[in-house]
Amino acid sequence: MEQLEQTLAAIAAADTPDAVEAIRVAALGKQGWVSALLKTLGGMSPDQRQAEGPKIHAAREGVTAALAERKGALESAALDARLAAETVDLSLPGPEAPRGSVHPVSQVMDELAEIFADLGFAVASGPEIEDDWHNFTALNMPETHPARAMHDTFYFPDQDAKGRSMLLRTHTSPVQIRTMLAEGAPLRIIAPGRVYRSDSDATHTPMFHQIEGLVIDKGIHLGHLKWTLETFLKAFFERDDIVLRLRPSYFPFTEPSVEVDVGYTLVNGKRVVGGGGDVENGGWMEVLGSGMVNRKVIEFGGLDPDEWQGFAFGTGVDRLAMLKYGMDDLRAFFDGDARWLAHYGFGALDVPTLSGGVGVKS
Amino acid sequence: MKFALSWLKTFLDTEADADTIAKKLTALGLEIESVEDASAALAKFRVARVLTAEKHPQADKLQVLSVDTGEGAPLQVVCGAPNARAGLVGVLGLPGATVPANGMVLKVAAVRGVESNGMMCSTRELNLGDDHDGIIELPADAPVGTSYADYLGSDPVFDVAITPNRPDCMGVYGIARDLAAAGLGTLKPIVTGGVAGSFPCPVEIRTDDAEGCPAFYGRVIRGVKNGPSPQWLQDALKGAGQRPISALVDATNYVMLGYGRPAHAYDLARLTGAVVARRAVDGEGVTALNGKHYILDSGMTVIADDAGVHDIAGIMGGEHSGCADETTDVLLEVAYFNPQRIARTGQTLALSSDARTRFERGVDPAFLDDGLALLTKLILEICGGEASEVVRAGTPPSGQKTVAYDPALAGRLGGVDVPKGEQQRILEALGFGVVDAADHWVVSVPSWRPDVDGAPDIVEEVIRVHGLDAVPSVALPRADGVAKPTATPAQALERRVRRAAAARGLHEAVTWSFLPEAEAAHFADGQFVWTLANPISEDLKAMRPSLLPGLLGAAKRNLDRGASSVRVFEVGRRYLRAEDGSSDEKLSLAVVLAGEQTPRGWASGKARSFDAFDAKAEALALLGEAGAPVENLQVMGEAGSQFHPGQSATLRLGPKQVLARFGMIHPVTAKAFDIDGPVALVELFLDRIPAKKGQSGFARAAYAPPALQAVTRDFAFLLPLGVPAGDLLRSVKGADKANITGARVFDDFRGTGVPEGHKSVALEVTLQPVDKSYDEAALKAIADKIVAAAAKQGAVLRG
Repeated sequence: MEQLEQTLAAIAAADTPDAVEAIRVAALGKQGWVSALLKTLGGMSPDQRQAEGPKIHAAREGVTAALAERKGALESAALDARLAAETVDLSLPGPEAPRGSVHPVSQVMDELAEIFADLGFAVASGPEIEDDWHNFTALNMPETHPARAMHDTFYFPDQDAKGRSMLLRTHTSPVQIRTMLAEGAPLRIIAPGRVYRSDSDATHTPMFHQIEGLVIDKGIHLGHLKWTLETFLKAFFERDDIVLRLRPSYFPFTEPSVEVDVGYTLVNGKRVVGGGGDVENGGWMEVLGSGMVNRKVIEFGGLDPDEWQGFAFGTGVDRLAMLKYGMDDLRAFFDGDARWLAHYGFGALDVPTLSGGVGVKS
Repeated sequence: MKFALSWLKTFLDTEADADTIAKKLTALGLEIESVEDASAALAKFRVARVLTAEKHPQADKLQVLSVDTGEGAPLQVVCGAPNARAGLVGVLGLPGATVPANGMVLKVAAVRGVESNGMMCSTRELNLGDDHDGIIELPADAPVGTSYADYLGSDPVFDVAITPNRPDCMGVYGIARDLAAAGLGTLKPIVTGGVAGSFPCPVEIRTDDAEGCPAFYGRVIRGVKNGPSPQWLQDALKGAGQRPISALVDATNYVMLGYGRPAHAYDLARLTGAVVARRAVDGEGVTALNGKHYILDSGMTVIADDAGVHDIAGIMGGEHSGCADETTDVLLEVAYFNPQRIARTGQTLALSSDARTRFERGVDPAFLDDGLALLTKLILEICGGEASEVVRAGTPPSGQKTVAYDPALAGRLGGVDVPKGEQQRILEALGFGVVDAADHWVVSVPSWRPDVDGAPDIVEEVIRVHGLDAVPSVALPRADGVAKPTATPAQALERRVRRAAAARGLHEAVTWSFLPEAEAAHFADGQFVWTLANPISEDLKAMRPSLLPGLLGAAKRNLDRGASSVRVFEVGRRYLRAEDGSSDEKLSLAVVLAGEQTPRGWASGKARSFDAFDAKAEALALLGEAGAPVENLQVMGEAGSQFHPGQSATLRLGPKQVLARFGMIHPVTAKAFDIDGPVALVELFLDRIPAKKGQSGFARAAYAPPALQAVTRDFAFLLPLGVPAGDLLRSVKGADKANITGARVFDDFRGTGVPEGHKSVALEVTLQPVDKSYDEAALKAIADKIVAAAAKQGAVLRG
């Protein structure tokens, strides 16, 4: 069996699949020497076959196994070599997808809608280009009312078909009137939206955002207002230590009128809402105007003030956003600077929910 | 409204300190804006005596003083004041003290080579006056060594924001009344001691405008000596932020600031004939005390004599008849003017004054006689002279009001139960009268409270004095179950598209609702543009008819800051006008894509700019999220003049219903907005998306996947260049609706091998067998239908 030795040596030395195949043909092919030996078995005597058969078969199996093993080894090496050649530098960047954002004003309005939905408040809206009846008169501010002059109103030269002067609403309060007239009572609404005052400095822009709240029902009193505002601010800031200070004030459309301050402390020069304001490094900051809806306003809303009473409040959405998320320049809100939007904006998936939290932690 | 504690104390007996008073004022609704104590800044200044004064060896105008500070050895101080001399007792600023007038911190320093250990101060340096001719000279017995702050005594100044409903608190006395009611002391009664006149008033006083000026009281004081008012009066006015002018003017200001009662003093020598309250004649003019000339109209009330107008009634006196130093005889005017008329006149003339602020809010109509008496008394005391009898022309409104009030309303409306006795105490302390009728109170309102006319006002008075802190929080009744959805379909849509756009990599911007007129006009497309009569600037003048111009501005600013790629969107209103002249605000979403869609990259090669197809992708994706039937939309032209005519389109639901427009910017628009490079625009008219019909529940249609596998077949057509591939696609899709479930364009080729005027468009058509798999014959039949349908668009199957 010298041939076997030679064949096995050749297999071990074969370095390509073709060489292996050639050896296979030379050994196991039709003309191969193993095949030739196998054929000799037929012409042997039984004794001879008994003696030679196992050797020949062993030679065949040995060659077959050696071929398979060598073939596998060569394939594996070839695969390794191919994969090695296919190596890429994964420190290179993959395809980039731009990241978008939701503006803080929109985000905070969504947060407010979520909180107030839990308190049973629907979201109402009204036009931003208003008439002076809805913006002033129906809110108990007749033409010569001093409060009108304090509103820094933007006017249009136009009048509507009813002869009412058109203007940019100075507050979201006209939505109170529109909603009362359209839906009657009882009522629980919030009305967020753009409002306009002819005023511009670091903390005032001629356009900003307000949210109005209105509850009209039976037996509603100032205590309900206080609870609602406390509950809302606790939920909004996600703090239980919110302390409110109510101050008597004056708005023509509420009586009694109450301004609401929230206590804060200065931390690293920034106001952090929480706790009472009468402490070291503390203070009170006005966050809301509110009050019990004036009887005349309820009448203008088409309701009977002897039957219905309620409260209203208004606050600045931009200011709430600044307080919660730490921006300090209102003007940047309206500049559309993509860097600012990427910094202060919110992810598309940051949808405020009560179960997931209405705020987005930094 | 500013006033010093000392002034308040002339009306209020109180032991309360400034801090307590400030807190209480805020709690009462008289919001403290600031409390300033000028003396606090003087704590490091000391009463000191000059022991010796020697000439400075290096400077003629300086002296070297030796100053006794009351402790230790005398200090050497260099001083340039001409009145510095041995024996003078003055005020020394020690090293470390900050000079109030200029913020300079004093330190030991050499002045022309001589060490100086402090500074002897003038009144101006200490913000105590205008005198800078020399250093302060105190009486010789002033206690050397005491702090000058202590020597002067502290007199904090309160600055209080008075809400427009409280004209009574536009005088210190009214503020004192509120504090007294809140338990912070005892209100002193007003003692006028009515001044009897000793001769008939020599001037005829009349009101010919009973509506504008229901009452005009006056009298003459003759033989007065005008000049600077006494120190106490000057101090009081300075504390109130007023500049002392002369004794006569200061006296009227004192009565106004002290009692909220404006008055006017005319120089009698400047008047001719009867002094009459009347309507102005159109075109008549007067030069007011502010030096400005005002042209009046017949809607305004004036005080005039035979020669002309001397006073814009209730707002500002005239320059001509104002009191001067040489004035000897004065006519005093104490009148009641109609608040609405004052407001209108002030608005028309754009003229503000302390008097107007009070008259338009409503002065006390029952205080004319008292006001006149107080003023007379003050002038007689300061300026001497002799008062005439009082002339009373007209009658002020009675100011008498009563309100039926149920004390239980404090709880029902105010949310806090205040005992009846306490309510009565509060009301009476504020000047209200309380009569207990059988089932309610009859509350009479004091004449100085024009704001109170209903029961809720009484509740407000009670609870603000009782303390709003006492109002307990009470939970709103809660509806059964968990919170119900509250968003309207429009709100839900807005939220959805906003987050969809953000998820697609766009930044949400919030831009101004108003634009420069030219930018608004550029996007008006023939529609009315709302334009402000009183814009804050020309850049913020016209309401946007589209969200695109605002976003273009934002994109430009980003590019100018060096951004290579800008993706911004906005969801908001565009402002149109309805038929009846009212506002018609429509919900829109706009997108601006500027610069590079993809930056150059190791894999992608060169940077790729945004093109019209990027805009189309955004438009369709966002319309899809908005619930628009995107499958049925037609791509049509006429995007608008702001768009590249060959690279823009509208997406329509039927020929007239434009849901969106998109494409590349027109070069003219780009130029108008001064923006360079490729800019793609998208505008969605969200208001036009039809509402989904028949949404009944949550369950979806049953899932029934086809049993057989779909097959695809490719078709290449030669299509005339002018025919949009989309038209071909639509025809092919409709060729055999039973079998064709989809088709898409996968190639658009022009050039070699394609005949002139044509393009080769290749479609991949998806065929879905229903009952049995297709055989050759079936496939051929479908292919024939497709080719026939394509032929209607002028397409020929490529060989």
